[in-house]
This record gives sequence, structure tokens and C-alpha cells, in this order.
Amino acid sequence: MAKWIDVCSVDDLQPDSGVCALLEGEQVAIFWMPVLSGAEEPEADAKVYAVGNYDPFGNANVLSRGLIGDIGGQPVVASPLYKQHYNLQTGVCLEDETVKIPVYAIRIENGSVQVDLSSLPQKGEPAL
Amino acid sequence: MSEKQTLVVIGNGMVGQHFLANLVDSPLKEQYEIITFCEEPRAAYDRVHLSSFFTGTTAQELSLVEDGFFERHGITLHLGDKAASIDRTAKTVTSAKGVNIAYDKLVLATGSYPFVPPVPGHDRAQCLVYRTIEDLEAMAAAAKTGKIGTVVGGGLLGLEAAKALMDLGLKTHVVEFAPRLMAVQLDDAGGAMLRLKIENLGVTVHTGKNTSIITDGEHCVNKMCFADGEELETDIVLFSAGIRPRDELARACGLEVGQRGGIIIDNQCRTSDPSIYAIGECALWNGMIYGLVAPGYTMARTVVADLAGNDASFTGADMSTKLKLMGVDVASIGDAHAKTQGAMVYTYQNGASEVYKRLVVSQDKKQLLGAVLVGDASGYSTLLQYCLNGIELPENPDALILPHRSDESVGLGPDALPASAQICSCYDVTKGAICSAIEGGCMTMGALKAETKAATGCGGCSALLKSVLDSELSKQGFEVNTDICEHFAYTRQDLHNLIRVEGIKTFADLLHKHGKGHGCEICKPTIGNILASQWNEHILEKDHLGLQDTNDTYLANMQKDGTYSVVPRITGGEISPDMLIALGQVGKKYKLYTKITGGQRVDLFGARVDQLPHIWKELIDAGFESGHAYGKSLRTVKSCVGSTWCRYGIDDSVGLAIELENRYKGLRSPHKIKFAVSGCTRECAEAQGKDVGVIATENGWNLYVCGNGGMKPRHADLFATGLDKPTLIKTIDRFLSFYVRTADRLQRTSVWMENMEGGLDYLKSVVIEDKLGLCDQLEQQMQYVIDTYQCEWKTAIEDEAKLKRFRHFINSDQPDDNIVFVEERGQIRPADETERKHFKLMEIA
Repeated sequence: MAKWIDVCSVDDLQPDSGVCALLEGEQVAIFWMPVLSGAEEPEADAKVYAVGNYDPFGNANVLSRGLIGDIGGQPVVASPLYKQHYNLQTGVCLEDETVKIPVYAIRIENGSVQVDLSSLPQKGEPAL
Repeated sequence: MSEKQTLVVIGNGMVGQHFLANLVDSPLKEQYEIITFCEEPRAAYDRVHLSSFFTGTTAQELSLVEDGFFERHGITLHLGDKAASIDRTAKTVTSAKGVNIAYDKLVLATGSYPFVPPVPGHDRAQCLVYRTIEDLEAMAAAAKTGKIGTVVGGGLLGLEAAKALMDLGLKTHVVEFAPRLMAVQLDDAGGAMLRLKIENLGVTVHTGKNTSIITDGEHCVNKMCFADGEELETDIVLFSAGIRPRDELARACGLEVGQRGGIIIDNQCRTSDPSIYAIGECALWNGMIYGLVAPGYTMARTVVADLAGNDASFTGADMSTKLKLMGVDVASIGDAHAKTQGAMVYTYQNGASEVYKRLVVSQDKKQLLGAVLVGDASGYSTLLQYCLNGIELPENPDALILPHRSDESVGLGPDALPASAQICSCYDVTKGAICSAIEGGCMTMGALKAETKAATGCGGCSALLKSVLDSELSKQGFEVNTDICEHFAYTRQDLHNLIRVEGIKTFADLLHKHGKGHGCEICKPTIGNILASQWNEHILEKDHLGLQDTNDTYLANMQKDGTYSVVPRITGGEISPDMLIALGQVGKKYKLYTKITGGQRVDLFGARVDQLPHIWKELIDAGFESGHAYGKSLRTVKSCVGSTWCRYGIDDSVGLAIELENRYKGLRSPHKIKFAVSGCTRECAEAQGKDVGVIATENGWNLYVCGNGGMKPRHADLFATGLDKPTLIKTIDRFLSFYVRTADRLQRTSVWMENMEGGLDYLKSVVIEDKLGLCDQLEQQMQYVIDTYQCEWKTAIEDEAKLKRFRHFINSDQPDDNIVFVEERGQIRPADETERKHFKLMEIA
């Protein structure tokens, strides 16, 4: 059962970049890819993504500070430590498919950024 | 073999050293105890580039011997000791100092001496020769009191020597017995063109002159009287009239020598005594003495192969030459004089451009026999390949020397060359060897040069090498893809041009006009970097923020645990006690780990993202500014203390270092840039290992470029000498701007140089001679960057919008609980995984 809660305002996000939110003890990296100025339907194309902030290779909470972009059409974030790429929709690492970071449900509603708490791991359960 | 045999090498010149280097590179080094005699006070050095001694190259830089070479390979070197006699029956060598050594094998590499014609007065004061570093020192000493210098001999070496006299600031004459310059290599018309060009440079040339006596001058130290009754007053007389083999040791012990000198050798370089070899300029093969270094090197390799029992022969050498004499291109190939029966000649002469070219072809016009090029030697590589490999000429051979005014290329494509074609004559590298190196994974010029050594000698073959590389890569199916990433089908240099020419100010605009998709971590920082070097807007402006790597985004350097380090600028490494205390107080207050960096500044580690603005507020209040340690930009200008304090200092290195650092701080570039300034040639600041290095000399500043320490150290190249400060700064402005424009992403200046077609000479022609007519633009661009400098931290802490990112959580003020420090040697360090788990358990309990 989806349980959407407000995290912050859209104004708190950085365009084409990331921020980190603390939700129920979990560090969540939130990325916002607004639309290119030349796009035909700006609103429809705008994308927001939420994944775990923990970098499983570097063992540090840094993914929200990575650069985002697309590779072969997949939206990705590159770790700022050792540059592995993670698919922002599936959490799968492009360099090593056995590694996956958590992915969370996120949306923008009336200027507010919301995450679905039910997509967070239950306490005591590993986030996978 | 348990007992080692003894191998003695007499002579440690270029060829003797090449022999040793090849020997220790082979399994033979286990079989022989190696001993070498060197009569000069220093081991082998580069005689080919001797004249560069007068433009700032030191004796040490001319050395051909790697540090510790003799020690590392267990070779005994008798330096400054001349082998005085050989006893072939007892098989011993005795030196002038009385060292006596029994040999099993002996290699004579005694070289040659300059021929001094037996003219009365040839031994007067300031009558000198040009062969050793000691000779050069004598020339430099004589030049201090003299005004006029005259070279006797208008051949290759003579013209080199004339350049040396010019560099010493003397009015220079060249006196030649033959009716033209470079009589061996050039025909009359080629010689005349060379004379014209050299006279335009201020050298007076006298041909057809026979010196009859040298005597007291009236205005100068010496006066030369010629057979035709003319006279020439000169302070220095420099004999460079050819060489004679040093065969006296061989003669004395009864080895066969030629009628006009030279130790006779066979195809294996063996003398008439099977235990003794002779190589280089002392050896006479088939009636020929080879006065060039490449044949000497071939002989050296032949002996190494013969000793190892491998088949190898020296069967003569191509004497084709290409060189730059006083900036004039001259080349001669094969039968330049058309002596072959039935040879036919094509000539092209352009008086306006001072270019002369001559082709000698076989009667059937199918084979190239020889060529002469003066004023433009760009066709040398192609012509040489035609000549050496017997490749059939095109229908109209004159097309090879006529200027082509359309796009049609008449050059010989690399595919036309057989695998046996020699591409690099200095290191005897064939096209076949280059192709296997490419197959083995050498995909860049830098890698190829490192692997095969091709183009690392005189560098004359680098354009040909590049074309072989490109052709092979495309044949192997590698599309030589230079696109920066999938979002932009352009190189970094293309993107730089688009941004500059179209005035593009944002990534979004560039992506919209020339790219696709959203970008990635390759193109974003690269383009952010180009925008910053071109327009110099603050990198945390809304349009640029998303382009920056994490270090630039937080204006600090991320460490392994996600914390950052902070490096304030300490220009030239000069810091007052008060500033040092202020720095210490900040470190103490925020409990930061503190370390001195290699660039003479202080690095403060362990700052959390949320602490960075507070730390910087305090640093800026204390008078510090950003050190740009996080950016691809100028890092430090290291300096020694210089003439202000040092007993040996020649100039104020600290003052210059501070001025340079303040000038270029903030400049965004393809990769980080490091400078250093040394106050004298003792070089305590290690400027020759930096992207830009400056060393004070009595004649002004010497500028070195493209050095590097780190993973692949590279000794910097001497770029310009004796500069005053305004010229130095102008030259660095141009150099840096050109680097910023043309380098690939993350390419340091050293690699940029290694991959540059035309190398150092090309870079000089662009930056110093303004060959591309770009220098005004380059200087203006640098001035723009200097005028728009801002301390990025000062701007950031004054702007709430820019500070918004400096907190770990967007919705909480808590710090990151994964950051844990433990103490070591009285300071913090990041906890390792085990320590961190332990800490968390303790917290829960």
C-alpha cells in the first residue's frame, strides 16, 4: 500500500543534480532531470529519481553527489568515488550486474517532492 | 658457464655507449665481465645536438647515460683514463694511468678526431676544434673576449659549428675550400640556395678559399690569408674540415688499417684479429668511414649479435640526411650527384620562396636514385622510402617535387611501404615492427613511441609514424573514434571551437545545438571545464552546477569516506607566521587532519560537507583564498628561496613564483597544471618535472614545458632561454592558452606533447614564431581569464543560493552517521570497515 510523504519542495532540488534526504533512518539520493529548454512538452518529460545514497564499492554515503546523465538511453548516476554507473530506474550497476542499489518510488505533486514510504526497506531487513 | 669472460670496450662515445646498452639488454651480460675506458672526463653524451649547449642545454642534459647505468649493470668504467696500448699476444689492454686488464674480447669504439689542415699557424691561440664539451667550453671562453668567429669547413659539421658561433653572439664567417657548401651532399644549385639562405641569417660565406697561413691580426687575434691573396680578420678560428679515424691504438698493435686510416673490419665488424671488433667512426668497412651515428649504432648491434652467435652483418648504410641547419631545412638522399650511369635529373627552383629540389631517377624513370632538398624538406620521408625500398615511381616523377596546389596528395601512402621499410633510422624500426606493436595494443603515438622507440631520436619520422598508425588502426577495423562520448560526436578541441566561435555559454545550449540525450559524467565536466576556461563564470552558477564533478561542486576534494579536504592557496609556498597560526587555528577548531602537500601548501582533511562554508568563512576572514586543489586548473607554483636568501641564487624565484601563481590562478584547463620556479640551475624547485618550469640563469629566465612527475615521469623540454620577465610571461600565456584549446580531456601537458604531430618544434613554431597567427587571440583569451578572476569560495559564501547544497540532508540537520574517525599519531583518520561496525554496535548498546 503506497504511503506518500512530503520530503521537500521542488525548489530544494538542484536541476540535473542530486540531493540527499533522510527518511526513516535511510539515506535517499534524489535526482532531478528537468527538461531541456528546447523540448516539446517540458512537464511530461521531466524526471525525478530516488535511489540509495550508499555506494557499495566505496562504502560511503555519496551517490547523491554523483553526476547524472544517460548511457545508451538508460538514466544513470556515476559514483563520485570510483565512477561506477547505476541505473536510476532499476538500481543495477552497469559495470557489475550482480550489484544493485535500492530504488524508491518518488513523484512531484503540486510542487512537493514525495517518496512512497512502503518502497523503503522494513526495519531489520537489508535494503536490496 | 661458471667463469665469466672479460669484455673490454675502448671508448665511451655515442657508439660505445649504444653497444653497452644493447649488450646489457641481452643474455650476454651474464657471460661477460664488462670493462670500459673513457678518455674524456664524462661518460657518453649526445654529440649530434652539441650546439644546443649554447642555447641552454647543460652537459648533464646531453648525457646519454641513465643515472646509475654502470653500477646497475656491474660495468667497470675507467673515466678520464685513456687506453694506451694493446698487447694482442698476451691479450691485455694497458691504460695511461697504468691499469692493466686481460681481455677475452675487445671492442674498439675510439671514434674520430677533427681534421685540422696543416696550415702554418693552425696551432695559434683561439684556433679551436668542435667535437667535445671541453671544446665547447674553450669556444665559450674565447667568445667572451672575441667579436668575430670563422669556421673552416662548410660541410654538415661546419655549419653546425657556425650556428654555435652565432649563438655565442659572434659575427660569423664560413670558409670552404670547395666551390659550394655541403659539397658531399648537395649539387651546385642546392649549395647556392643554401648559401643564400644562410647569408640572409647574417653569416658570411667564402667558397673556393684555400687558407695558406694564419697569423697575427691587426684588429682581431688572428688573420687568415688565402691563396688568392685575400685576407680575413677573425678572433676565433674553428676547424671543422672533416674527421679522421682514431686508429692509433690499432696501428700500434699491428691490426690492419686502411691506406688513409681506419681500422679495417668485415661484415661482422671483426678486425684482422678475431678477438677484436671495431665500431663507429674508427672503423673502415669496404673502404668507407661512416661519420654518422646511425651506421655506428648498426655496427654496435651487429657486434652484440655476433657475440651471441646470431647471424648479423653490417652491409653498409644509407647516408641520406635530413637536418635543420640554422633553421634551414636541408636533405640529401642517395645518389644526389647523379653519378649512376644514365641517371636523369629533375630540378625545381623557386627563387621567391628560396626552395630548391632535385630528383635523380634511373634511365627508365621507374626508380628514385637520389634527391636534394633545400628550404623545404617536407617530402624527405616519402622520397627516402621510394629510394630505399625500390618502389616504382609514379608516371611523372616530377610531381613529387612540384608544389601541389590542389588537394590531391602525391605523398606515398603508408600502405605502399613493405613491412621491411625502415621508418625510424635512429633506432632502426621497420614498418613491420611498428605494425606488430600496434597489433599488440599500442593505439596512440605516445604508446607506440614508448614501445618501439621510433620517432624518439631525431623525431624526423614522426609524421610518417602517425600515418602508419592511423592506417593500421583503420585496417584493423578500429574506427579511429575521437568522439568524446555518445552525446557529442566531437573531440574536446572541436567542442572548444564550437563554444568559442558560436559564443555558446551553457551546456544546455550546446547539447541542444550539437548533441543528443542528457549528457554523462564524461561530457558534462569536460564542457563545464571548457565553458569555465572560455567565459570564466562561477562554476556553481545554476547553469553550470550540474556539470561539475563532486570536487568542483563542493569546491573541495572528496576523500574515500565521503568527507572533503580543504587547501587554501599559499602562493609560491610563502606564508607568514600569522597566516600559519590562523590556518592551524582553523584546523584545530574543526579537528582536521593536517598535512603538508608536495606543492608547498597545507591540506586539511576530514571536513564534512556542512562544515565547508564555516571553515572557508574563517579562512577568508584570515586572508586566505581558494587554492583550486579541487579543479582541473593551476595548482601550485613551487619555488626555492632564490636570490633573496640563498648564497647561490641568481634571481628572485619566490617573487616570480608568486607573480605567476597570482596570474594564472583560477584558470580552468584540460587537466591540473603545476609550475615551479628555481632561482639557479641547482634546480631545488624541481622545475624540470613540471608542466611549466622556470629556471634563473645569468642571461635571464629559461623556460621548460611539458614535464611531469607522477605515474609516468617526463623530463620537461627546454622551450626558450634567456628570457626577460615580460617575454617569459607572454610565452607562458600563449603556451597555456594553446594547451587549453587543443588538448584532450584529462590530458596533461606531457602526454599532449608526446602526441603532438611535429612535437616540440611545432609547438615552438606556434607559440614563439606565431606560425598559425593565433598568438594575439591566445594572449587576449588569457588576459580575459586573468581579468575575470574571482575567489570561488568568497563568491560562494556570500551567496545563499550557492550554499544550499552544503548540507548532507535536504530535510535534516543531522550529519552523516557513516563518517567515523579514529585517532592515529595524535590526529584523526577515517575508521576502517571493522572499526566502523564496532563503533555502531557501541552506539546501539
